[in-house]
Amino acid sequence: MNPIGGTTPSATQDAAADAGLSQGTIVLRKFLRHTGAMVSLIVLAIVALLAFSAQGVGPIPGWWIHNHTSSAPVVNPGGAPTWTLAQPFSLGEHPFGQDDIGRDNFARVMKGTQISLMVMAIIGATALVIGTTIGALAGYYRGWLDGLLMRITDGFIIVPTIVVGAILGKLIGGPGFSFFGLPLSTYMAPMLGLVLGGILWTSLARLVRGEFMALREREFVDSARVSGASDFRIMAKHILPNSVGVIIVNTTLLMSQAIVLETALSFLGFGIRSPQISLGQLINEYQSAFSTRPWLFWWAGLFIIIIALCINFIGDGLRDAFDPRMKAIPSVRKMDKADRATAAARIAARTEGGASRSSPSQGNPPDGIPPQGNPPQGNPPHDDPPHDEQKGERR
Amino acid sequence: MIKFLLRRTLSTALVLLVVTFVLYLLLDTALDYYADLRQSTAPNIGELYEARARLLDLDTPVIVRYFQWLTGAAGCLVGSCDLGTAWVSGQEVTSQLQGAVVNTIKLVTAATLVAILVGVFLGMVSAIRQYTGFDYFITFVGFLMYSLPVFWVAVLLKQYGAIEFNNFLSDPVVGWTPIILVSLIAGLIWMGALGGGRRRRTISFVGATVVTFGTIYYVLASGWLNNPTFGIVGIAVFSLAAAIAVTFLSTGLSNRRALWTAFTVAIIGIALYQPLQYLFWYVEMTWLWMGLLLIVGVGVGLAVGAAFRGPDPGISARTGAFVAVVIGVLIFIDRVFQEWGRYSAHPAINNRPIATIGARTPNLSGNFWFENLDSFTHLLLPSIALILISIASYTRYTRGSMLEVMNQDYIRTARAKGLPSRTVVMRHALRNALLPLASVIPVDIITMIGGAVITETIFGWAGMGKLFIDSMNRNELDPIMAYIVITGLLAVVANLVADFLYAVLDPRIRVDA
Repeated sequence: MNPIGGTTPSATQDAAADAGLSQGTIVLRKFLRHTGAMVSLIVLAIVALLAFSAQGVGPIPGWWIHNHTSSAPVVNPGGAPTWTLAQPFSLGEHPFGQDDIGRDNFARVMKGTQISLMVMAIIGATALVIGTTIGALAGYYRGWLDGLLMRITDGFIIVPTIVVGAILGKLIGGPGFSFFGLPLSTYMAPMLGLVLGGILWTSLARLVRGEFMALREREFVDSARVSGASDFRIMAKHILPNSVGVIIVNTTLLMSQAIVLETALSFLGFGIRSPQISLGQLINEYQSAFSTRPWLFWWAGLFIIIIALCINFIGDGLRDAFDPRMKAIPSVRKMDKADRATAAARIAARTEGGASRSSPSQGNPPDGIPPQGNPPQGNPPHDDPPHDEQKGERR
Repeated sequence: MIKFLLRRTLSTALVLLVVTFVLYLLLDTALDYYADLRQSTAPNIGELYEARARLLDLDTPVIVRYFQWLTGAAGCLVGSCDLGTAWVSGQEVTSQLQGAVVNTIKLVTAATLVAILVGVFLGMVSAIRQYTGFDYFITFVGFLMYSLPVFWVAVLLKQYGAIEFNNFLSDPVVGWTPIILVSLIAGLIWMGALGGGRRRRTISFVGATVVTFGTIYYVLASGWLNNPTFGIVGIAVFSLAAAIAVTFLSTGLSNRRALWTAFTVAIIGIALYQPLQYLFWYVEMTWLWMGLLLIVGVGVGLAVGAAFRGPDPGISARTGAFVAVVIGVLIFIDRVFQEWGRYSAHPAINNRPIATIGARTPNLSGNFWFENLDSFTHLLLPSIALILISIASYTRYTRGSMLEVMNQDYIRTARAKGLPSRTVVMRHALRNALLPLASVIPVDIITMIGGAVITETIFGWAGMGKLFIDSMNRNELDPIMAYIVITGLLAVVANLVADFLYAVLDPRIRVDA
């Protein structure tokens, strides 16, 4: 059964249901229907909520009894996790265990998650701004500006991000750097986010450039220019909304790269450093304790994976939602079921109206193959150039 | 074309030059040359500071120092390299680099090759089985691997892949439950990958489960893990299987000439097994020998294919050459693993063959095979760590590109004119789907070199990544600059190769300078 070739009843229904809706609504609907993305979104929200409420934000205290720095007497031998499945189920004092000096691992993992999420968000925002701006300018103006900006982009790509990240991380954590005389601990995480955002924007810039290059040749840009719109207005009001899909999708995917990069740098000791914590820093601190206190190691890693995985799935869902060629294609089982239903309906109709002979040549073959024909083409308001990762990858 | 490539190379080289300048300035600010003196309470602290400044020439402005460094580095072009010294140890950077570059290239090459092969294969199957359970499974696993932090995986691998596995090797006993579970999972995966109707799925499921179960049982019962060689029987079975598989993938089994070529080559390979063992025994082998033998093997394969003549001898010859390469590799692996018992029992190994640290066991020397085995046991875990993280991108990429191609009209035409599915997938779809991969691989290699920084640090692999991290921690500027220049040059070369490949492979690409 080839889901691409033939129209299935539910696909037709999709197209019919989309008629008359705005592009934004269609995208939103497709996204809401993407199971993986929705589950990931909910999981991510729960993780973020848990992390921020458990340890509190800034001066607001959290609900968890311990915080990430205070030591408490070690409950279980070695600080093993205290939760138990035996009746009655209870979390105990330290559900994720304790480290060698009795600090609560749950509090530390939650604090680390907070910091890592924050750095990730800052990286995403920074990369979004820089990448979009550079890509837009290069793609719109072309010529020497494009050449210059793309060479700058090449410069960032030539050296592995982790190397540049390590150098910049060392720079802002070193003694030679001060930020308005503030103590290091207050500005380290946001600063790291800014700096890493400053090196992760390259792929976004290339994609936005490609998109702008294609869109600037379109008629609606010409007509805007003819009616006297300024360059800035054309870029911001006419082209940018048309490339918002590429931007959102790639910023999301970039954030999953961001959290892996931040944790890796913190692991190597060039990102967030002790006494501050992030998920990578926790793994760095506890890696030697793996054979004696494995719980210290598992939880931090698990949270990194959960966050990165959720973001990847959300990005995937967004990509599918923004792609006009992408239709909600039901599973094989659903399609078989629909086929059977149509076939049954046909047979019923034929036996019912047997006397009237409703031209059997129009009917379906008896084995329930759906009528062949071109699937309705989604009908996007403007036929977007196909945008996906592959585009702009050539240099 | 040449003009285009030249221009691109020149512009990237210029970019690299600017990058080194900017990073030199940044590094000079970031590195703390006095880190060890800050805590010092020595009475002559002032003099120590001055001595350090004199040693590193810190009174000269940084821009001047950059150009001094650049002059030394530019000397590499005319054969007199001066990349500076690592001041803590006083070692010349050029001497530090020699082993490191080789080690990194070894690691990254091995990992890239495996990742590309497996990733492309998984992506292809996943695309063919689009929207099935198998496809969703591969997609999920791909995302999972994409999200894995490599440092976390590496620490886990060290624990379970080396320490626990070595414990296991000394007493390889597994309960029935895990064996049955693994067999069932393998059955499910094969069933998903092979697809087909209910009957075919049942057959694949039962077949794969039984074969997996039998293999695991045999491996455990015969103590194969502690004596992992194929022997002539194993080589024979694998060679014939390879002959069938290669023919199936490259021409289809209906091409009888190709099939007979493959079988003939396989039988020649099996017949040569014992003579080769004598050769390996009496003559000290080197990589040069290996290369020569491989060329001879390919030659034999081509000759056999050509000897079968027919209307299209090229295809048979190609099949023969592929089979010959596979058999050659099998015989090589077999010979390497014949050293296993001796290797394991060696006092320096002490029955813990899978290594966690370093690129080779210190103070261990043996013949060619012995050292290859040593290098293999060291390569294993870092490669797995690297492969795991990069396989996902190849899978996703191949899947996307394959789906794009499979929806094209010419695929429908090919199907409509009655070509077998294999021909459509392998010849019409896959070849075109792989084209854009040529531009992804270089980018991925750069990513992989970056990933190697972490892997090398954790596994103590004395490569460039470890050199970089160590130098960062020791605040040595010159080795870091050398690292940046070398990775940058690798990136330039990789991009050049990509451009070239792309233009050669895809005739639609016209590059006019």
